[in-house]
Amino acid sequence: MDAASLGAVQLTLKLATAVTALLLVIGTPIAWWLARTRSKLKALVGAIVSLPLVLPPTVLGFYMLLAMGPHGAIGHLTQFLGLGLLPFTFPGLVITSVIYSMPFVVQPIQNAFTALGERPLEAAATLRAGPWDTFFSVVVPLARPGFITAAILGFAHTVGEFGVVLMIGGNIPGKTRVISVQIYDHVEAMEYTQAHWLAGGMVLFSFLVLLALYSLQPATRGH
Amino acid sequence: MDTEAAESAAGGGIRIALRQIYPGFSLQVDLHLPGSGVTALFGHSGSGKTTLLRCVAGLEHAPAGFLKINGQVWQDDAKGVFLPTYRRPLGYVFQEASLFEHLTVTRNLDFGQRRVPRESRRVSLDHAISLLGIEHLLDRRPASLSGGERQRVAIARALLTSPSLLLLDEPLAALDLARKREIVPYLERLHDELDIPVLYVSHSPDEVAQLADHLVLMANGSVVAHGPLQETLARLDLTAAFADDAGVVLDTIVAAHDDSDELSRLDFAGGSLFVARRPEAIGRRLRCRVHARDVSLTLERAGHTSIMNILPATVVDIGPLESPGHVLVRLQANGTPLLARITRRSSRALNLGPGLPVWAQVKAVALLD
Repeated sequence: MDAASLGAVQLTLKLATAVTALLLVIGTPIAWWLARTRSKLKALVGAIVSLPLVLPPTVLGFYMLLAMGPHGAIGHLTQFLGLGLLPFTFPGLVITSVIYSMPFVVQPIQNAFTALGERPLEAAATLRAGPWDTFFSVVVPLARPGFITAAILGFAHTVGEFGVVLMIGGNIPGKTRVISVQIYDHVEAMEYTQAHWLAGGMVLFSFLVLLALYSLQPATRGH
Repeated sequence: MDTEAAESAAGGGIRIALRQIYPGFSLQVDLHLPGSGVTALFGHSGSGKTTLLRCVAGLEHAPAGFLKINGQVWQDDAKGVFLPTYRRPLGYVFQEASLFEHLTVTRNLDFGQRRVPRESRRVSLDHAISLLGIEHLLDRRPASLSGGERQRVAIARALLTSPSLLLLDEPLAALDLARKREIVPYLERLHDELDIPVLYVSHSPDEVAQLADHLVLMANGSVVAHGPLQETLARLDLTAAFADDAGVVLDTIVAAHDDSDELSRLDFAGGSLFVARRPEAIGRRLRCRVHARDVSLTLERAGHTSIMNILPATVVDIGPLESPGHVLVRLQANGTPLLARITRRSSRALNLGPGLPVWAQVKAVALLD
C-alpha cells in the first residue's frame, strides 16, 4: 500500500474513533430522553435526529459548510472563541460526522432503553440506588448490547462516508482525505491497484462489522 | 383501637393518607396501621391495593398525601415533603421477581445491602440466605432460576436493605400452587424471626388467612374495613368479599399427639380441635382456618356422631348471605369468633337469636401449610 493510502486509512480510523466516542457521550442522554419522555417535543427531536438517515450527504454537508463558514452561526461562535473557521479542518469533519452518524448511535441505544421498561429502575430505587447510580449500575450493563451495536454502527458509518467529507473537508492529505476520498482519487488517476487495496479492504471491513453485529445479538440476548 | 391510638400518639405505627384521582379510578385512603406484624391489603383486582402500595413506596406520587412510618415522615405534601423511593428505608418485592439479570444471585443480594450504611444494617447476609434457603443458588444467574427461587432471592435481597417497612406486592401471584407452598413457610419464618412490619398485597383469602395479623379490605380505591385479622374476618357485613371462603382463622398451639389414632390436638382459647396427625412438635403455634360452610349448629350436644370437633359457643348475631337460602351466624367460643353458614330454614327451626348457647360442630379444619 502506498503512503497516501496508508495516511488515508490512519486518518479515517482517527476520525471514526473520535466520532464514535463523542457520539456515545452525546447520543446516550438524547437516547435516554427519547426513550423516557412523555413530552410533545419527542416527535420533533426524534425526527431531527433521524434526518441524516434520509438526507443526501451533500445536502447536510452544504448546510454545515454554510453554518461553519464566516457568515454562519457556528462560524461566528468559533471565530469569537478564537478557534478560527472549521471547514476544511479535521475538527470540522468530526463535528459534521457526529451529526451525520447520530441516528445510527441514538436509535440502538434508545431501543435498548425502551426494552428495559420501568421495572429494573423501580427495583433499583427500592434498593436505595439513586438515579445516577441506577443508570450506571443497572441501565448501562443491561443495555450493553444496544451500546455495542451503536458503537459498531457509528464507527462503520463514519468510515464509509464520502459526500459529507467532500463538502466540508475537501481533499487535504493528512487532514481531511479519508479512505473513500482516497479511493476516488486513485480511480481518477487510473491507479486501480491502489484503489483495489482500499476498496477491497472496505468490503472486508464492512462484512466483518456486520458479521460481528449479527453474531453478537442473539448471544447477548439469551445470556 | 386503643393500641393504635397509643402507638400513633407515641409517633409509632403506620399512617397512610392518600388521595389520587386517575381517569376512571380514584384512590382514597386514610389508615392507621400497627407498626408491627403483617398487614394484608386484600381486595379484588382493580381495588387499588397495588396502587396504594406503590404510593407508599414513592413509585407513584399521590398529590395530596401524608405518610408516616414508625415516626418517620416519608411524604407530607402540605409541607412539600416527598422522599424519593431510594431515600425511603423500605424493601419491595414485586409480583414477578425483578432480579437484575446481569448479576449473579450473590451480587443481586449485595446490591441493596452495600448501599445501606454499615451501622444501619440489621439483617446479615448469612441470616437472609438461610432464612430463605437460597444457599445453593448463590453463584447462579437469575435466568437459570425457577419462579419460586427467583422470588425467594428477591425477598432476601429486599430484607438485606434492613428495611423499616417491607412491601410485598402479591409475591406469590405469578407462581403455581407448588411454588406457593414452597415459599409460604419462608414468609412465615420472616414473620416469626424478624421484627419488620409488612404490608402484603393479596387477592387470595388463603394467603391472607395464613400470613396476616391485620387486614385491610379494599374495594374501588377505598378502604372498606380494617382491623385485626380474626375480628375482621368474622364481620358479617364483609363476608361478601370472601364469598364461599368466608370463615375465621384460629391461632392454636399443638397440645398433644395421639399416635394410635393418628390425631393431633390443637388448643385455642375457645376449646380444642382434633386434626389428622401433624408433624409439628408439641408447643408449636399453628394457624388454622375454619370455613363457615364447614360449621353446623345444634342446640344439644350430639351424642352419637362422627364429628369429633364440637365446641360450646354463643350466638352473637345473624346476617344474610348472597345465596338467599342461607344465613351466616356469628358465634363466640370463649372470646374467639366463629362463623357458621346454615340454611335459613334451620335457623328458624332452631329459633336462633343473639345470646343463645349452641354447639358448633366443626366438620373440617383447614390447616395452613
